[in-house]
Amino acid sequence: MALLRISSPHAYGPLSTQHIMQKVLLATVPGILVLTHFFGFGTLVNIAWASIVALACEALALRLRQRPLGFYLKDCSALVTAFLLGIALPPYAPWWLIAVGVASAILLAKHVYGGLGYNPFNPAMAGYVILLISFPLQMTAWAPPRGVVHELPGLLDALQACFLPATYDGVTMATPLDVLRQNNGLLVEDLWRQNPQFGRWAGLGWEWANIAFLAGGLWLLQQRIFTWHAPVAMLASLSLLAALSYDGGSSASGGSPLFHLLSGATMFGAFFIVTDPVTSAVSSKGRLIYGALIGVLVYVIRVRGNYPDAVAFAVLIMNFAAPLIDYYTQPRTYGHSGKRGDP
Amino acid sequence: MRRTFGFHGGIHPPQNKQQSLRTPIADAGIPPELILPLSQPIGAPASPVVTVGEHVRKGQLIATARDFVSVPVHASTSGTIHAIEERLVAHPSGYPAPCIVIATDGRDEWVEHSGTADYEALEQAELIQMIRDAGIAGMGGAGFPSAVKLSVTPDTPIATLIINGAECEPYITADDVLMRERAAQLIEGVKILRQLLAPTETLIGVEDNKPQSIAALRAAAQGTGIDVVAIPTRYPSGGENQLIESLTGKQVPSGELPSRIGVICQNIGTAVAIFDAVVQGRPLLSRVTTVTGDSVREPQNFRVLIGTPMRYLLEKAGYQAESNNRLIVGGPLMGFTVPDAGVPIVKTTNCLLVPTAAELPTPPPAQACIRCGVCAEVCPASLLPQQLFWFAQGKEFEKLEDHNLFDCIECGACAYVCPSRIPLVQYYRSSMAEIRQLRRDQEQAMASRLRFEAHQQRLERTEAEKEARRSARKQAAAQRVPAAENQSEADPIQAAIARANARKAAQRADVATTSALNTLERAIVTTDTRLATATAKLDEAKARGSDLVEALQAGVEKTRAKLAAAQRALHDYQQSQRAEPANPAPHDATQAVLAKATAARALEAALSPADKARADLATLQQRLRQTQDSLARSRREGDAEKVIVALEASVVRLSEKISATQQYLNTLKET
Repeated sequence: MALLRISSPHAYGPLSTQHIMQKVLLATVPGILVLTHFFGFGTLVNIAWASIVALACEALALRLRQRPLGFYLKDCSALVTAFLLGIALPPYAPWWLIAVGVASAILLAKHVYGGLGYNPFNPAMAGYVILLISFPLQMTAWAPPRGVVHELPGLLDALQACFLPATYDGVTMATPLDVLRQNNGLLVEDLWRQNPQFGRWAGLGWEWANIAFLAGGLWLLQQRIFTWHAPVAMLASLSLLAALSYDGGSSASGGSPLFHLLSGATMFGAFFIVTDPVTSAVSSKGRLIYGALIGVLVYVIRVRGNYPDAVAFAVLIMNFAAPLIDYYTQPRTYGHSGKRGDP
Repeated sequence: MRRTFGFHGGIHPPQNKQQSLRTPIADAGIPPELILPLSQPIGAPASPVVTVGEHVRKGQLIATARDFVSVPVHASTSGTIHAIEERLVAHPSGYPAPCIVIATDGRDEWVEHSGTADYEALEQAELIQMIRDAGIAGMGGAGFPSAVKLSVTPDTPIATLIINGAECEPYITADDVLMRERAAQLIEGVKILRQLLAPTETLIGVEDNKPQSIAALRAAAQGTGIDVVAIPTRYPSGGENQLIESLTGKQVPSGELPSRIGVICQNIGTAVAIFDAVVQGRPLLSRVTTVTGDSVREPQNFRVLIGTPMRYLLEKAGYQAESNNRLIVGGPLMGFTVPDAGVPIVKTTNCLLVPTAAELPTPPPAQACIRCGVCAEVCPASLLPQQLFWFAQGKEFEKLEDHNLFDCIECGACAYVCPSRIPLVQYYRSSMAEIRQLRRDQEQAMASRLRFEAHQQRLERTEAEKEARRSARKQAAAQRVPAAENQSEADPIQAAIARANARKAAQRADVATTSALNTLERAIVTTDTRLATATAKLDEAKARGSDLVEALQAGVEKTRAKLAAAQRALHDYQQSQRAEPANPAPHDATQAVLAKATAARALEAALSPADKARADLATLQQRLRQTQDSLARSRREGDAEKVIVALEASVVRLSEKISATQQYLNTLKET
């Protein structure tokens, strides 16, 4: 055999982009199971339909950009976007809503910017925000959890809700975050008593879904898929702000730290959205700042803003800031005294 | 237990060291042919001092060091010089380099050599000379001449001497076996180094995956004050900067040598080589090289003669060429491939890695960077590899330099961990090469600009000088005339000038009478030279197709006319000169000339036309020679211009006459 001439290094580690994506997909499973348990098959149908649309959009974009299909589809990044968006969308969402969201995510937020690695915004969150702004009604219609209603819709109901939305008559209910935000007369204690969906700490179903996503995220952390900096900083700043402004439960209260940690998309955002490497800051210090500012924004938007949850907006806003954070948090190179560029 | 400080980043690739550690160091023996490159990785090539066909003995000097940063070459065994020619060498470029090839005789006969165990009695300079003469170059990485490293007097005194026994790269075990098997000599070598550098502490850093080596060294170093420090196993702990930081907690400032912070690093192999050189008097003739990878049946360490072709060594280890996909010199992370197994082992060759395709597969095509940042986490230089990659793709050289590309040690940790399999180090290497080339180009452009400016200045200066001389002459001439005219009413100064001028004129006239001929002749010679130069220039311009051809042509014509004038002048002058002595009445020169001419014509009439023409020609040629001589003489002696012009004119006329006569002769011959 003729001797190859390749420049070093000749050995490669076990990590691959495909494996990273597959592990992220795997880590969402506990959260999906909990969501399905509490809200029925809606989330599963969301994810399945979103995956089909995502792969189709990815293939279309790759074809238009004249890239090899197999090589790029194999990296599973489109599936990750589909899963994340499918989880974030309300269960029993109509097919066109999901399709518009996924198409926006894959085509607009990702491929228009040059595909994987070049997108400045988290595709799933960009798709989510486009839907939230365009179709606020459908996007805020969240299904009631098990325990509030006696019978959850079955798989066929879920499919009907998705693909024949006109014939489906679903029940919806405000999420705990929504109720708390719109509350202006009741003590937190009374709020909990009057609204069964608040559950024990932060919302029936929601608290367990958050714990499940936390578990998945911790597994990814243990697998060294991402570093602890951004999620921990986000959760810390969110808790800190909640703790500082929590007055023990008055009607103007913004909710306890535990409520904020375990409701809405907090854990999902912290471990599956904020950790998106492409759109976040790169250095450890940068990721601390990036995560912490997302936490601040999440709290501010949840308590003062007009939207039911804040993770998507907070992440998109910080995506803008990531390059700036990177610029100011470059590590000191070996043998250099001060800032970059100094000897 | 000494504290270690660690360094940023690093990776834990599979060690793969066990397979070559199963047997002790084996002697590779004497190959039929040794190829000894004249250059080391750094420094000027050595100059051969042997000739082809000469018999050399083991340890004999065959090429001497040419300058300070250069090492001599010795015959690794006895034999005959087979050739001194270009051969492929172990260099990433794959270019051939001058080598001395020895056909070995298998007798391994040594030259006279002797060392001293009592090195403590030796002076520093003597020790350094011994190390230099032994041809010792750093045996770890860059192959820097050890004597140079040891004799540089740093700004700060050396506080720490570090012996690098980390050997962090997978597969390589050459230093490991050396530490195990020659610990005592190694420690002696370190003591010699310590004597040279007088550091306050001497440390041997060894990765903790080599417990046997650490134990052997600790036993040998008992009571010497040399500290054997186990450092955590993490690639690239053996990088010079990383080892220094691990052991001292200090970082070497960017772009500086470790001696700047009072540290000097030496390799394990170098220390042993120094022991051999000083105590045993042996130059560096062999080294320990690991031969490993799945394409050899018996991976092991060899003591191998410098210059041994790699193929010979591989075959000793049971090489299976058909399963081998590349031949790597060094380890899997920093080693480079060579195109052919015929290249020789050199002083820095610590490992030959011959993997199968399954063992080290060809890297798959790169995917997009997902900015996961793992590369930045593992970078031992704390760079931002993904950012550098981005800039390298866009050829943003300023940004690259701003992000300290040149602090990259090319360890390959970033590319090793990259999940998208981007060949990051290749991007950095190629960018560094491009930036270096740009810098060189800039320097060259700067140099030629300076040269051009200097040239312009020189031209202007000469022009100004010429102009000054011209105007001075003009002034002098202008002064002479009024001085002569207004002598009576001129002031005393004017009168004095006039007198001086008059005196000069008188002198000139004197000189003119004595050396007018010389002047005339000199004028001819000068004009002739000028003509030759002008013609040459014209030819050159014509050959190059320059647009100056016309101008040059005109110049040549002008010069030619001047030459003719000079010759004519000379001719006239000579005629007048000749006429004078011939006629006793000098005032009637014309008459004399006439008489002579008539007489000559009468003589000519008796001859045939051809004979007459030939006689004429001879006379004319002689006259021309005389005229030219006298013209040259007048020029040399600085005769009056008038004389020179006259001589020049006569030279021209004579030449014309000669050519006319020759033409006439030719026509006569033809008819």
